[in-house]
Amino acid sequence: MSQKQKIINNFSVRIATANGTGSQSANNTLFKALFRMGVCASAKNLFPSNIKGLPTWYQIRTSQKGYTAMNRGAEVNVLVNKDTYKKDYEESKENSVVIYDSNIMSESDFHRDDITHYPLPLTKLASTHFEKPRLRVLLKNIIYLGAICELFKLDQEVTEQVIKDSFSHKPKVVESNLSALRIGVDYVKQNIIKKDPYYYEKENDSKNKNKIVIEGNAACALGSVYGGCTVVGWYPITPSSSLAESFISYCEKYRVSQDGEHRYAIVQAEDEMASLGIVVGAGWAGARAMTATSGPGIALMTEITGLAYYAEVPVVIFDVQRVGPSTGLPTRTQQSDLTMIANLGHGDTKQIMLFPKCPKECFELSAQAFDIAEELQTPVFVISDLDLGMNQWPSDDFDYPLHPYNRGKVLRKEDLAEMDTFRRYFSGDESHGIPSRTLPGTDHPLASYFTRGSGHDEDARYTEDPDAYRRNMMRLLKKFQEAYRVLPKPVIEGNKKAKIGIIGVGSTYDAIREARDYLSEAGIKTKYLRPKSFPFHPEVKEFIDSCDKVLVVDLNRDAQLKELIQVNIPNSEPKLRSFAYSDGMPLSALYLTRKAKELLNV
Amino acid sequence: MSNTAQPVKTEETNRIGLTKKDYKGLPSTMCPGCGHNSISEGILTAFYELGVSPYQVAKMSGIGCSSKTPAYFLHSSHGFNAVHGRMPSVATGAALANRNLIVLGVSGDGDSASIGIGQMIHSMRRNTKMIYIVENNGTYGLTKGQFSATADVGSTDHYGLPNDQSALDLPMLAIISGCKFVARGFSGDRKQMLALLKAAIHHDGLAFLDIMSPCVTFNDHPGSTKSYEYVKAHDEKLHEIDFIEEKTEINVEFEEGTYRDVSLHDGSIMRLKKLDRDYDPSSKLQALGVLQEAFDKKEVVTGLIYYDKNSVDQAEALKLPQVPLHEYGAKELRPSKEALTEFLKSFK
Repeated sequence: MSQKQKIINNFSVRIATANGTGSQSANNTLFKALFRMGVCASAKNLFPSNIKGLPTWYQIRTSQKGYTAMNRGAEVNVLVNKDTYKKDYEESKENSVVIYDSNIMSESDFHRDDITHYPLPLTKLASTHFEKPRLRVLLKNIIYLGAICELFKLDQEVTEQVIKDSFSHKPKVVESNLSALRIGVDYVKQNIIKKDPYYYEKENDSKNKNKIVIEGNAACALGSVYGGCTVVGWYPITPSSSLAESFISYCEKYRVSQDGEHRYAIVQAEDEMASLGIVVGAGWAGARAMTATSGPGIALMTEITGLAYYAEVPVVIFDVQRVGPSTGLPTRTQQSDLTMIANLGHGDTKQIMLFPKCPKECFELSAQAFDIAEELQTPVFVISDLDLGMNQWPSDDFDYPLHPYNRGKVLRKEDLAEMDTFRRYFSGDESHGIPSRTLPGTDHPLASYFTRGSGHDEDARYTEDPDAYRRNMMRLLKKFQEAYRVLPKPVIEGNKKAKIGIIGVGSTYDAIREARDYLSEAGIKTKYLRPKSFPFHPEVKEFIDSCDKVLVVDLNRDAQLKELIQVNIPNSEPKLRSFAYSDGMPLSALYLTRKAKELLNV
Repeated sequence: MSNTAQPVKTEETNRIGLTKKDYKGLPSTMCPGCGHNSISEGILTAFYELGVSPYQVAKMSGIGCSSKTPAYFLHSSHGFNAVHGRMPSVATGAALANRNLIVLGVSGDGDSASIGIGQMIHSMRRNTKMIYIVENNGTYGLTKGQFSATADVGSTDHYGLPNDQSALDLPMLAIISGCKFVARGFSGDRKQMLALLKAAIHHDGLAFLDIMSPCVTFNDHPGSTKSYEYVKAHDEKLHEIDFIEEKTEINVEFEEGTYRDVSLHDGSIMRLKKLDRDYDPSSKLQALGVLQEAFDKKEVVTGLIYYDKNSVDQAEALKLPQVPLHEYGAKELRPSKEALTEFLKSFK
């Protein structure tokens, strides 16, 4: 063993495999084991739009300082995919460690002096110990996990417990996985001399005690269950499908009454237009309803979103963003639907957006979205992305929500009995532009009205009258402009007196937080505002006013967040600097730091 | 419908004490003589005569002349005029959110046979509990007379130009899409239309009614196969129909042995008088055969074309409760604190 100083819980491991070979199970086990060891770990699954065969990478970062953004490049590279190993090897970081399958890769290709090599006969070990062809493929992954376990001192007991918990209902699978793990461990023990400085070490047990590991999509689905959503129309699309599918499984668990009634209706529709149509019909009839989709689906929902905006129907739409334009990179991440959604629909339309940054906020804002939609009687978009939605994240425990549902201004039969008239699209001066509604089926002569996407007056009558049209549109504008009252406030971090500001939304949080530390180490003090909703609160303008320069961080090419700020906060433009970068990967803190210095000219 | 055995409270009120006026809507803005007006009249008459509360009805429509008509009947019902071709999905959402609603979808051949054909077919696959009416005139009226997808090939528009695309037969499409109640009527035959509408209101699932409804402005000329003259001359009735409501004494004009009774789930009966052929609406193959034969001859078959009594509507299949979903609050919908603790534990 070299005399190099040990590097503990502060490096990245990148595992290159082929899609569909079952490596995900081994990789998740590694991540979960680190989590249970109290280590701060974050994981990114970089997978292709493919079922079997194309390359996939899994990267786990551990950080002593608690950083969770993805690093470009890794200190340890595990090369199991023979189609990509040459390129993966050449691109490996200087002085990194490379573990490779010596049975399917040529030793002469591993020529770099700076790299520490650990050849492992993975294919042979798997075929010697396991008979069934499928098992050989699957368990090869667990063998490399065993090797990682022994090489970097991943706690074997914890790892074995994770395997036992994952397959608790399949004792045979547990058995074969444990034996594969031990094959990897034993091979390293007997054949490899450790020459690298990287170690995993158990941290204080309490470190992850109040945390869970979960995907954003699952958190959004659970938030929808807790938020009282009862109707879902959806159409499968990466990366949002698992949100709807999680909702299905949670409803089966939590929403079936004792006499077998389902207090939910889920329809896998024929397309995204029908999905949102179902949700609009349900929202109109009084049920809390949502759909989950991604950019291409949002594009298809444009017309019906305009209808819901104009007819004032509460609906919740989850957009788990992926890389566009068009089909784009369906399995890569981006924040590129912001400007599309802000004005989604033809004509003058303005939409509400919520921006969760982590699974806990996914849970909270998803539940809250249904209150907001009903209070404002308008579509509410929960903006997530592939990185947040589909990757496993360490997250603080979710808090149990205690507040009652806010159903907004719904007039029941008893309310109507006290009234002389009901005017669907009339709101008094004190109502922030929000009118009252009635639900179909209300047994009262005043209740009925005609909902339409065509021009209407305060009494929901068809009209093309110029004054009536304008009155209605100006009321809708007022409703939107004053919506921030019921929207979650922005979060501000850092010293108030700092003159350099940073603004970013959603999953760029982790990279921004880390980059701010690096900037601070370089003597550059920053403060950071993270809007949790759109339209923006007055605090966003105040924040910009209090800065000399504000760097707006965009995970897209066209600076969409900056555009929203510029358009919606007049005169903010001179102070704004744009970091707008996207290649499909999550944001890198190091790259952001370097560019921030240039862009802010500091 | 002749239900003389039913005690009539006053001359004008139905069994829930409402007059026919209570089922009217705003004055129609359709062209005078438009078939759609007859259908609106048929709809309101059916609901009035059955004594359905208008508060229970949700009128859904898409875009086009036909889709404007829900404003002209049942003024005390909620209405939703959605976007082009999307009525079926919006209706599906409403029907699931509140099972007690009687969902009435009114669409046209432009709305359903072209832009909305996917939604039409898939709402049939789902068997959403609704009455789905297509007011079929073979033309786009609001945009001034273009051909629709139900216009026969070779028929001409109001400029005399022939249609070069083949026509879709909606009942045929409905049958192969899994629809369990498929009928065709003619706006000029009120008696048949009324019986079909009443049966449709009683059906458990999606009841599809393709109603020929001539467009007097753009498609009522000699080159059209959707004109009054043409449909009257080529209407081949499968049977004469009467609808007998549950618990109503059967007292209709058909002679014993000349009719076939079709029972609906709630005990109501569609009584079909045989004409020249012994038509069995429960046979999918016979239904498709009769439609294809008529299609080839450019005839219009009317009546109850296909009926499957084993219909389970979507809300039932999804095991939804009888109460509207909006009646549930946090108490019923939000899982317990213990459930959350347990959930979090499984992600540790």
